[in-house]
Amino acid sequence: MHLYSLILIPLIGALTLILIPSKHQSLIKWTSAIVGLLGLALSIHLYFVFDKSVSGMQFVESIPWIPSFWINFRLGVDGLSLSMVLLTSIIWFTGILVSWNFQERVKEFFIYMFILVAGVFGVFLSLDFLVMFIFLEIAVIPKFVLIHVWGSGKKEYSAIKYTLYLLTGSAFALIAMMMIYLQTTTLDLTHLATLTYSAPFQKVIFLLLLIGFGVIIPLWPLHRWTPDGHSSAPTAISMLLAGVIMKLGGYALIRIGIGLFPLGAAFWAPLIATIAVVNCIYIAFVAMVQKDLKYVVANSSISHMGYVLMGLAAMNTVSLTGAAAQMFAHGIMAALFFALVGLIYQRTHTRMIADLGGLAHQMPRAATLFLMTGLASLGLPGFYNFVSEFLIFVGAFRTFPVLATIAILAVVITAIYVLRVTQQIFFGPRNPRWDGLKDISGLEMIPLVILVVVMLGFGLIPAPMTNLINQGIDPIVQHEVMKGQL
Amino acid sequence: MIGLSHYLLVAAALFCIGVYSVITKKNAIAVLMGIEFMLNAININLVAFNHFMAPSQVIGQVFAIFIIGVAAAEVSLGLAIILSLYRQRHLVAIDEMDILKW
Amino acid sequence: MDQFTWLIPTLPLIAFLIIVGITYRFKLLSAIVATSFSLGSLFLAISILIQKIQSPKTTETFINWLTLTANQQTVLTLQMGYLMDPLAAVMCLIVTLIATLVLLYSIGYMKGDDGFSRYFAYISLFTFSMLGLVISNNYFQTFVFWELVGLCSYLLIGFWFFKPAAADASKKAFITNRWADFGFLVGIIGLFTHFGTFNFAELSTVISLHQNTLVLLILGLLVFLGPMGKSAMFPFHVWLPDAMEGPTPISALIHAATMVAAGIYLVARGYILFASVDSVMIVIAYIGGFTALFAATIALVQRDIKRILAFSTLSQLGYMMMALGVGSMTSGMFHLTTHAFFKALLFLGAGSIIHAVHDQDIFNMGGLVKKMPITVWTFVIGSLALSGIFPLAGFWSKDEILTVTLQHHFMGLFILGTLVAFLTAFYMFRLIFIALFGDNRSGHHAHESSWTMTLPLLILAILSIIAGLVNTPWFYQWTGMSFSTFLFFKEPEVPVIHWSIAVLSSLAAMSGILFAWIIYSKQQISADKLAQRFKGAHTLLLKKYYIDEIYGWLFNKGLLGLGKVFNFIDHILIDGLFDGTATLIRSSGVQLRLFQTGRLQQYALVLFIAIAAMTIWGVR
Repeated sequence: MHLYSLILIPLIGALTLILIPSKHQSLIKWTSAIVGLLGLALSIHLYFVFDKSVSGMQFVESIPWIPSFWINFRLGVDGLSLSMVLLTSIIWFTGILVSWNFQERVKEFFIYMFILVAGVFGVFLSLDFLVMFIFLEIAVIPKFVLIHVWGSGKKEYSAIKYTLYLLTGSAFALIAMMMIYLQTTTLDLTHLATLTYSAPFQKVIFLLLLIGFGVIIPLWPLHRWTPDGHSSAPTAISMLLAGVIMKLGGYALIRIGIGLFPLGAAFWAPLIATIAVVNCIYIAFVAMVQKDLKYVVANSSISHMGYVLMGLAAMNTVSLTGAAAQMFAHGIMAALFFALVGLIYQRTHTRMIADLGGLAHQMPRAATLFLMTGLASLGLPGFYNFVSEFLIFVGAFRTFPVLATIAILAVVITAIYVLRVTQQIFFGPRNPRWDGLKDISGLEMIPLVILVVVMLGFGLIPAPMTNLINQGIDPIVQHEVMKGQL
Repeated sequence: MIGLSHYLLVAAALFCIGVYSVITKKNAIAVLMGIEFMLNAININLVAFNHFMAPSQVIGQVFAIFIIGVAAAEVSLGLAIILSLYRQRHLVAIDEMDILKW
Repeated sequence: MDQFTWLIPTLPLIAFLIIVGITYRFKLLSAIVATSFSLGSLFLAISILIQKIQSPKTTETFINWLTLTANQQTVLTLQMGYLMDPLAAVMCLIVTLIATLVLLYSIGYMKGDDGFSRYFAYISLFTFSMLGLVISNNYFQTFVFWELVGLCSYLLIGFWFFKPAAADASKKAFITNRWADFGFLVGIIGLFTHFGTFNFAELSTVISLHQNTLVLLILGLLVFLGPMGKSAMFPFHVWLPDAMEGPTPISALIHAATMVAAGIYLVARGYILFASVDSVMIVIAYIGGFTALFAATIALVQRDIKRILAFSTLSQLGYMMMALGVGSMTSGMFHLTTHAFFKALLFLGAGSIIHAVHDQDIFNMGGLVKKMPITVWTFVIGSLALSGIFPLAGFWSKDEILTVTLQHHFMGLFILGTLVAFLTAFYMFRLIFIALFGDNRSGHHAHESSWTMTLPLLILAILSIIAGLVNTPWFYQWTGMSFSTFLFFKEPEVPVIHWSIAVLSSLAAMSGILFAWIIYSKQQISADKLAQRFKGAHTLLLKKYYIDEIYGWLFNKGLLGLGKVFNFIDHILIDGLFDGTATLIRSSGVQLRLFQTGRLQQYALVLFIAIAAMTIWGVR
């Protein structure tokens, strides 16, 4: 199959939407849903035609793009990128379904969303640094409009904050890219992997990449765009932001940072591990004292990405597999969390934890799903998050026993804030203020159930997804081992 | 005998008239006309240079036609903006058009 | 039969799925499904136990749940499987038996509750998780099910989520256990890092060859944190008394007989790890002994019938842990078995009483013996068994523990154990004389419960009487085996009775009952005056040594305070830095903007002048 079709589907979807007059709201929604379903079907198809027994890139295609600078439009997929593609298409499709009750400028909303998704697919599939960088910008920029126009709360501030942070990060990545190009005169990732780089060069480049992509992950102390950005964005966009955009950073850092510059990565690994601990623990504490439900969830996302950082820092097969698995698991879980918060907000018109309470009486389904998501977030066995966190801890413990132990402590802090919030929102005596509220309807359940099934399914049978990621991670680690010896 | 310098002088005069009109006129249409003056002055230059310097080739003419094409597009766009501004806000004076200003 | 082991946990899981998916709306059907599937597990467990008695060999089967490879070599394998040996067989029997009885009992107890089906679904899920934990063959699987039983405990304590106290208690239970599980998780990851496997059998081989005691010491203590949390050892005990906010049958099943015993079971299962370092064993023994005494003293003054039983459970768990710590796995497990029967009996009896009186304060009861004879007399049997009166179950197991304590030269723990035996008898009979006998103090209209509730009481009462006999010399002479030879660690221990210890502990228990009778039945000594006399000690005990208050303070000041500090850093320092940069750029823009007048023609003039200047300069 042709990988560019995966990037073209959302773009063609966006073009189709342009042609539909904006007054036909339901036609727009149905078209969007069909396009999303098509994307999901195509990525699932890709999963099945993908040869899981062979390591390395598959379905590689190369279209000359700027031949005079030896830059080609190269696409390819391995286990790592395939897992991320699956994550993206799942969240994209469920995000469309979650936006079903959306009323305001629906057409433009979906167009921007589709452009964003095309960018995300592009990042995960491209095998050329420049192409990847351009897709990264395509994925980042529409979000500014999406938060600014359709957001809530202090949306202007959040949108600008988000854009400035991410563009600053991009600047660092751009510098690194130009330095690499000047050194090698190629940006083809497969070609770059065959070259050797001096240790000082690797250290500088990796630091630049760490800052550049670290902003997206986000890395403490460059994380402050996340709470505001997540909280101001409309539900489907929060889902994509926490579920997919944050993963771009981790993916690029594994693929380019660790994959190409293992010496640099090894040099900065203690720093990453320390920051990972700060991310896990510090942000978990911050999440504990938030008053706004969406801020709790947003902060928990940063905290969970700390585990990913911990997995990156340890740089062995188990920990990196765990890190990528955590990106998948957290993506699904965060999307579910934001979808639920959105549904609650839509009904109660408040996100203040103190105002809510006793909602389980009126909304038992919401309570059940929220509790399940919370349990997944605190790493309860049965959910994929547990598997990924366990792998990260096992992998990281070998390299950084003390730091890993402190990071594991975050599991406890997470339990504290998740259960506190669940209790404050759902438990307690019946609150007559919410008596008129309807529980989540059958139609609204569809996207939520899809996400829960993915989360639980891979939690109970983790092998298909984890081995897929393992297959993608292993060549990177072998390469790292090989280059480390040089 | 009319030589190259005559053409250049005419073109320069035209250009200066255009500049004067762009800088001083209040009416947006007059400003647009000034821009047209300037573009045509350049066209004259191009054609004249072509004729006197390299008569065998037609580079200057081609360039001039390009400029005419671009100028046509630009004028239609400019007029459209001015027209819609006039329709919506009754504005033709260029210093009153400050909707997008800080 | 062993190949059907996997069915034992699977049956309750199927019941859970059926209830959630199909019978949720049909309340009675849910109960029938849960009970009958649990009964199926019970029959399987019995037949496997019988087979184990005939040929006690260990069978282990597993699948590779997840395998990670690096360069075509396996670097991590997570197994799911079962290990069926006498220990697991005994534990399976206890869990399925108590679960079945509790399910039967709950049909009557939970009648009319809105969440009837939800309740039976949770219990089925719990039974599944608990059995999965019991038959686990490796630490990873143990951890998985360990967390799942914790989840079920959370769900069931908070079953009446609309009661703030219940919601608080469930959260407290989960989080307290999480602190302990943190140690457990680090411990098993450390075990894997050092020994390269999670499997019990493989680990016991490598550990016995391992020389580095420091590593074993650290890992042993870390892993032991898990059992400390689940079995509510001091200082993790705080969640168990609060867990009594859940329905009473839950207290019987989860918080007395099975889940809290999981900690004991895990120590027994991974015994080689703890037994390989003496200092770990000493820590285990003293934590157990301290918890036993600590909880027993608190139980002396409590007024809530379930809290008294909860502290009694804590105390008895401490007893079992002490037995394991001094080096006798069999006596600890034996006490676990007998305790499961009589403590479940006591809780179910208490449930029956609460069901009749609609109150939990023992001082609002009284005069129940005429109105509900079955409940009262089975309750008395349970109390006698708990106090260790000859020849009931508790006598044999408690005696066994005291004997091994003395045999392994833990004189202090022996005295402590005897003291706890006295205190146990005292607080149990204080409860009985106040709550069951005497006058009806609140004018309640109690009546005997229905047969679904009394039948489990009778079965458990019979078991409480006879269960101890399986570890007596007579039983050994008769059948050629006993509990401790069946369930041996290293070498089989043939049961013997040390008459001096037996007499001493019986005397302690008897005097406890006597004191309770004098104070609360004859009222020769006024309890109130005693409380007045030792006011400080009394308040200290009534407030449970203020541990909850200390933890609450630590949480509010410590953790929340830290959260506020970090939040401040986030909002003021980091945001200040970045927003400050933005503000700087903005304000410089405000200043520079003055150059931009916005007059288009002025721009054009500047433009043309500049071009003209450049042209002239270029031409020149």
